Amino acid sequence: MQNSLTLESAAPTGKPRRSWLRRHYGIYLFALPAIVLFLTFSVYPILYSFVKSFSDWQLLGASPFVGLRNYRTVLSDPNVGIAFKNALLNFVVSIPIQVVFGLLLAIVLDRPIRGRGFFRALFYIPVLVTWIVVIQIYMYMFNKDYGLINYLLIKSHLIGEGIDWLGSPTRTLVSVFAMGGWKGIGWAMLIFLAGLQSIPTDLYEASGLDGASKWQQFRYITVPGLRNTTVFVIVLLSIGAFNVFDQVFLLFNGAAPSDYDVPLSMIYNKAFSDLNFGYSAALSYVMAAVIILISLIQFKLLPKNSGMEG
Amino acid sequence: MGLRNRNIITKSLRYIVLIVFAVITILPFWNMIVVSLKPFQFAMSYPPQIVPTDLTFANYKEAWVTGSFGHYFKNSFLITVAATIGGTLVACMLAFALSRYRFPGRRIIFGLFIGTMMIPGITFIIPQYLLLKNLHLLNTYTGLTLLYIAGSIPFHMFLYKGFFDDIPKELEEAVIIDGGNRWTFFSRVAIHISLPAVATSVIMLFNGNWGEFLGALTFMSDPEKWTLPVAIRMLQGAHTTEYGLIFAASIISMLPIIILFLTFQRFIIKGIAAGAVKG
Repeated sequence: MQNSLTLESAAPTGKPRRSWLRRHYGIYLFALPAIVLFLTFSVYPILYSFVKSFSDWQLLGASPFVGLRNYRTVLSDPNVGIAFKNALLNFVVSIPIQVVFGLLLAIVLDRPIRGRGFFRALFYIPVLVTWIVVIQIYMYMFNKDYGLINYLLIKSHLIGEGIDWLGSPTRTLVSVFAMGGWKGIGWAMLIFLAGLQSIPTDLYEASGLDGASKWQQFRYITVPGLRNTTVFVIVLLSIGAFNVFDQVFLLFNGAAPSDYDVPLSMIYNKAFSDLNFGYSAALSYVMAAVIILISLIQFKLLPKNSGMEG
Repeated sequence: MGLRNRNIITKSLRYIVLIVFAVITILPFWNMIVVSLKPFQFAMSYPPQIVPTDLTFANYKEAWVTGSFGHYFKNSFLITVAATIGGTLVACMLAFALSRYRFPGRRIIFGLFIGTMMIPGITFIIPQYLLLKNLHLLNTYTGLTLLYIAGSIPFHMFLYKGFFDDIPKELEEAVIIDGGNRWTFFSRVAIHISLPAVATSVIMLFNGNWGEFLGALTFMSDPEKWTLPVAIRMLQGAHTTEYGLIFAASIISMLPIIILFLTFQRFIIKGIAAGAVKG
């Protein structure tokens, strides 16, 4: 490449030197469709709602500038605290389920074992099922009177009579977040499998020859080799946990009582039920700030020198 | 204890883990399939049936014909296929440009795309609604498809870029010497080398678009234009107790994505290993 460029500019053909734009336009053509779509349908709406978060935004008519008023209201609204507490509950309930069991399944399914392909595919299927379907199953299985969960628990003598899983905000949210963990195990498994594959097999072979036990290999090769993958999984799951929305929204057919709110459902309800768009936009940006902060802190945990190559 | 015995124990432990998790994974689906195959008055009987009897396809027929799920299926399918093809092409081309060439604005573009990934989509759903309205794209397949494509670009660009970064420069030079240009290199060579990324991205795009709920609900208020997730939710609202019907519709909605996944799944782990978890 370098050669052809110098040759061209040195050759005394009398042809004018190609302009900056002519040299680069081919590359910009590659990027152009993505940029146009993204500026129109994502960046412009983001800037629009950010500007509107400083106004008393009505869908019709004027939306007078009110400065930081919406943000002050957000910070003093006790329901915002409840919503963030519920998101934190999702974080505490669903992430350990996905990380622990996803890792366990990945380790079992990394080695040659009969039915490996079948099990990998099977465990991934819940990831593919949309939340509206998962919520229907949830409401059916966790029903107090005819649900399978209570039935199995009673049959195995773990409980005496049916538990009303949808009886209190905490009980409902814990069970629905656990279902979210169930749905996500396959995703974590897949990422861990990918991580395991990038640990060179000769490390195991060499250490095997040196007489290392399976446990030592796990402790000194697998665990450090998976460090980055684990951080990656936890970072993405944390962002996801604070972005929880579909399951809570669908559980109440869009009308969740405020005890059940998570930040995103609150943003949605403030806009579409209360028609308080300015407040909703301000809440969005507080939420975005929290997510960016969490992500930055966690990305700091990612070691600069990736240990994945061994 | 002999090595042989220890091996047998480890092996059995592995199978126990797999079987326990297989049961936990299958049970909810099994529950759903059984209920969908029973006459509706048995859906809420106790104890729940694990081994089904008196099966009927009446729920499926009712969902497909009376419930118009054939129609919603077509809506979902058209939008999903268009958004998946569009998203793949657009994200792939952007990744190609950002990965292979140094040009002014490159860092800003990359930062812009990655930065917006952190802002929740709900944040700008109202301006998107107003924008579609002004462009006369509300309640149109085109409008929803364009939104899906735009929303999917950052992550998928990131996925492809990981692959394109690894293609040696010499390969491109060889194509140029043979008389090809950038487009030839992109469409004939780069894409082929990156097939695991393409398969991974296509499944993720298809899955995301197929199951997307909130946008479809907000931008497609006309019942004629509903997608499957919205239609299932409306079914739930209208027939709270008809679980057989709801589950039959749900199973219909799950089939395409599961078939697609089973077809391409062998590429996925490779795709993720190279694209996302390089650290």
